[in-house]
Parts: sequence; C-alpha cells; structure tokens
Amino acid sequence: MEIPIELVVSLSAILFGIGVVGALVRRNIIVILMSIELMLNAVNLAFVAFARMHGTNDGHVFVLIVITVAAAEVAVGLGIVISLFRNRDTTNVDDVSLLKW
Amino acid sequence: MAETIGKILFVLLVVMGAFLPMITWVERKQSAVMQDRIGANRANIAGITVLGVLHPLADVLKLFGKEDFVPAGANRVMHLLAPVIALVPAIITLAVVPFAGVYDFGGENPFSFVIADVDWGLLYVFAVGSIAAYGTIIAGWASNNNWALLGTVRASAQMISYEVTMGLSVVGVFMCFQTLSLQEMSLAQDSSFRLLGFLEHFGLFETLPGWLAWIQVPTWGIFLQPMGFVMFLTCIMAENKRPPFDLPEAESELIAGYHLEYSGMRWGLFYTAEFLEVPVIGCIVTALFLGGWSIPFLDTQTLIGGIGSFFGEGFATGVVLVLHVHAFLAKVVIMIWLQMLIRWSLPRFRYDQVMDLCWKIMLPLSLVNIFVTAVVLLWFQEVVG
Amino acid sequence: MSAELSLFYFFAALAVGSALSMVLNLRNTVASAMSLVITMVSLAAVYVLMEAHLVAVLQIMVYGGAIVVLFVFVVMLLNLRQDDFPPGRQRGAKALGVVLVVFAVIKLLALLPAALPDTVAALPEGFGGYRDVGTALFTRFILPFEATSLLLLSALVGAVVLAKRRLD
Repeated sequence: MEIPIELVVSLSAILFGIGVVGALVRRNIIVILMSIELMLNAVNLAFVAFARMHGTNDGHVFVLIVITVAAAEVAVGLGIVISLFRNRDTTNVDDVSLLKW
Repeated sequence: MAETIGKILFVLLVVMGAFLPMITWVERKQSAVMQDRIGANRANIAGITVLGVLHPLADVLKLFGKEDFVPAGANRVMHLLAPVIALVPAIITLAVVPFAGVYDFGGENPFSFVIADVDWGLLYVFAVGSIAAYGTIIAGWASNNNWALLGTVRASAQMISYEVTMGLSVVGVFMCFQTLSLQEMSLAQDSSFRLLGFLEHFGLFETLPGWLAWIQVPTWGIFLQPMGFVMFLTCIMAENKRPPFDLPEAESELIAGYHLEYSGMRWGLFYTAEFLEVPVIGCIVTALFLGGWSIPFLDTQTLIGGIGSFFGEGFATGVVLVLHVHAFLAKVVIMIWLQMLIRWSLPRFRYDQVMDLCWKIMLPLSLVNIFVTAVVLLWFQEVVG
Repeated sequence: MSAELSLFYFFAALAVGSALSMVLNLRNTVASAMSLVITMVSLAAVYVLMEAHLVAVLQIMVYGGAIVVLFVFVVMLLNLRQDDFPPGRQRGAKALGVVLVVFAVIKLLALLPAALPDTVAALPEGFGGYRDVGTALFTRFILPFEATSLLLLSALVGAVVLAKRRLD
C-alpha cells in the first residue's frame, strides 16, 4: 500500500469544506448547485478510500448510487433554475425571497 | 516499454499518417463520384497531380499560412484551447483498439496487439467520448458569437442525448460476449456457429434441408446483435457531428456553428478531429461488431496450424499477426467507405427530427433490444446449458 | 517518494486548486464549470490510484460527460454572460459560517491520522472491477438499486414538468 488512507480522507475533507464555503458564499444559484456536486464528490472520495481500507466493494456500490442521486438532483435543480429564470429573470438566490419577509 | 512505444508508433503511423490525410482526399473523390463530377484534380507538383492526392498537402500548407485570428470579445485562453480539447479524445480512443489478436511468441507474456489491454476498454471509449463534447462547448462559448453559441447549444444537447442511446445500444453486445475488453470481444468473435443450430433443441433440425443446416456464420456482433449494430452506428455518427447529423455546424442556417470564429490551423484542428473520428469510429465498430481482426471461418488456431505445418510455429504466428492486422484494416476501410456513403447520400435532418429519432425511436428500441437479448441468453443458459 | 504518492499529490493539488477556482471565480460561470470538470477528472485519477477502476470511469462518464455538460448547457441556454451581483445580504452570518467551516476542516485534519488504522486490508482479486461491483450491486444491494431507479423516474418526470413552458 503506497498511499496512506488519511491523506485521501483529508483531501476529501478539504474538498467538502470548499464545497460548503461555495454553497454559503456564492449567490449564483448555478454555482451553488456546482458546490453541492463538489460536496457529493468529496463524500464519494471518502467512500472509495474506506472501500480501499477495508478491501471490500461495498463502498463502490455506494458511490454508484450517490452518482445516480447526484444526476437526478442536477436534473431537477437545473429544471428549477430554468423555470426560475423564466419567471424572475435572475439566477441570484437573494432575489428569490417571495416566501420570506 | 519498448513494445508499448512500438505499438503507439504503429497506431499513430497508420491512423494519423495514412488514414487521416487520405480521408480528406477520399471524401472529395467520393462526393465527386456521387455527384458525377471529376473531383479534386488540380493540386500538382510540376504538373503531376497523382489523381488529386496532393490536395491534403495543399490544404495543410494553406491553413498554416492563414492568420490565426481571435475575435475581440472572445475569451482568449479558452478560444485557443478549444481545438486541442476537441482533437485529443479522438486520438487517445485508439489506445484500447485491438489491431490484432494475442500471440504466443514464446516470450514471458503473450503478445497482445493493443496499446492498453485494459479490462474496461469499452467503458474507456465511452468516457473519452463524453469528454469530446467539451471541445465543441468551449469553442462556441469562448467565441462570443451568437451563431457559434447556437451551434454549441445544439451540439451539447445532441451529444448528451446520443451518448445515452449509444451506451444502451451496446449493452446487448456486453451480454453476448460477457466482457467489456475490446480484445476479449475480438477473441470471442474469432469463431463461427451454425446459423440454425438452435433448432436442435426443438427437434426441428433434422427436418431442414442439408444445405440450410450446414450454413455457418461467424460469431460477429453484427450477426448476434443486428439491431445493436444499426443503432450504434447511427449514434456514433451523430456523436461525430458529420452530415446528416451536422446540425451544430449547419452552414446554411448557422453559417458554421461552433467553429465560426476560428481560422487557419485552429479551424483545421476541428476538421482534423472530425476526420480523425471517421477511422476511429471504423475501428470501434469493427472491434465490436465486425469481428475485430478475425478472418471469417479461419480461426487463429487453424491458421497457425495450417501455415505452421509448412514453415514452423514461430514463423506462422508472425504471418498470422500480419494477416490479422490487414484483416482489421480492411474492415476499417469498409466502415469508412460506408460512412462516406451515408454522409453523401442523406440530406441534413431537422433538429427536432434528430432529437425525436434519439429519444422516441432509438431509446425504446435499444431497451427492447436489451430485453430480448436477455431473454434469449437466459433461454440458452437454462435449456441449452 | 514513490511514483503513486507523487501522482496522488499532483492530482490532489489539481483537485483542490480547481475547486477553489470554481468557488472564487466570481465573473464567469462557464469557467467555474470548467474548473469543476478538472476537479472531477483529477478525482477520477485519485480513484484509479485507489484501485476503483469502474468508479473512476463512471465518474468521468457521468460527472464529466453528463452533469457538467448539463450545467454549461443551462448557462448557455439562459445566456448568462457575466455574473456580477450587487452585494448580498447577511454578510456577517456568512463570514461566521466560513470561519466555522475552515475551523472544522482544520480540526478534522488534525484528528484524522490518529483515528484511522495504519494497516489496510489486502486487495481481493478483481477489486473495483465491473464484475465484482456489478455482482454486489445486483445481489446484496438490489433494494437500494431499485429504489434509485424509482428516484430517477421521479426526477425525470419532475425535470420535464419544471422545464416545460406550460402544461397542456
């Protein structure tokens, strides 16, 4: 074994942190969706690392399911973005506050 | 290491060095033949035209001499990068194509004529093919031109849609050969079977006339999965964006689509990528459906045995290797000719027709194909054993 | 340093750098998406280093080939040329959130080496290949698999309903 597992999990943690920061700071709804994808990727990386550590394939199966969920989420999320842009002519999340006082 | 470099050099020499320049000439001549013209015959060196073969050379010289223009509103880095991104996937796809089979020359490992004999070769082809969309996307976006943008929007929708159907249309092939490695698929296609042999299990085989019972066909993908072959060829030609699927660059409506703002050799790189994909498609379709390097009705063992009885085992293996490479290249040439024929026969589709063909006709058909294949294979496993 | 470890460091740096440029690029959404592609591809390389070949190929196919293309497609469809928004609200709370996230990540990185075992299990034959993962997916994990298919179907219907201009 050449690559220590903790390095890979650290990379996963850093990427997850970047994703959270992006989802917090950015106001373009498309970039927020991308940041969520980044977080899901970080989780996938942790799954792959732990699968390697335990020497079983279960983590890979989880990754496949996470990828599927991510694809479904992007399809619906971008559908929402398109209808939002049609109705409000913006992709700024701060402008979408109809339900908020 | 030296072996791998040798294989890479061979592939680059054959595909980039021989097929690629010839295809521009073949395209011109094919169109000339089909339109009852004489065709490319003007480029000459000291009056020698050689049937117009010098035209590719003249083209390249002209393209290198042109100004490399970046429009004012363009994103400079992306604009310069896009042609390279378009070209690279077409080249690296060749890494998993088996140009010939596996041969035992008595060395440590048997010699397998693939650059990278990976277990998941076909998945690699799909992964690389999905990256190829970025060249188009970046080109259209970075040009900052509405025509280019329209072309890119069309291209990305078309490529994503056809990727789905392309993946589903070859699942039947995976099921038949039980592998994703292109070399193992070619090995599995290196045999033949009786076309009507399955009737034995109904007790009907004896009633057939003798010649009908005797008919043999190679176990090629095209005979096991005829529908898969037609659908895969359609999808992969749609991915290549050449007519009749050239909606992203439709010159009569979008001027030239995504490469509108490119000039000189950068424009040439887009065309190189498109032309290079023609032999690459030929290679993949050949490996999947046309038996790869195999010679019909003469499997490798028979050939080596037959030639070996006269000239010895090692020499026979070498001869068979050369024969197989030629068989593969001959099939690739046939596939290129077929693509040229389609390209110059059919007019361009309308965009909604392209999308309807993908989502409403080919997707359901490919799912039906998977289902039928699965049922037949299960029947074979349960009844035939 | 072994070749594998230096490859890992290279791709990890590439992934982190392009992820940062995705989040910090305030002007150009398409450039953000391209940075995301670089992150995805370098993560696929890390997966290959972790012997997860099927996952690596699917990562490029699904994330690189479909999801990010979809992002770019939407950006181009809406023709969002530049992305300069007025200053946002609740900036204090957001700054606090960022500080907390950075602190949590640093704490996690400090705790990680002690929490993980030094040894890793030996690799079984065919680990991470499509045969083994596929067998696991279609035998032991058949229920999650079927549930995912249901999710995909509902997402399909939902996306069509959302993006269609009007239902008639």
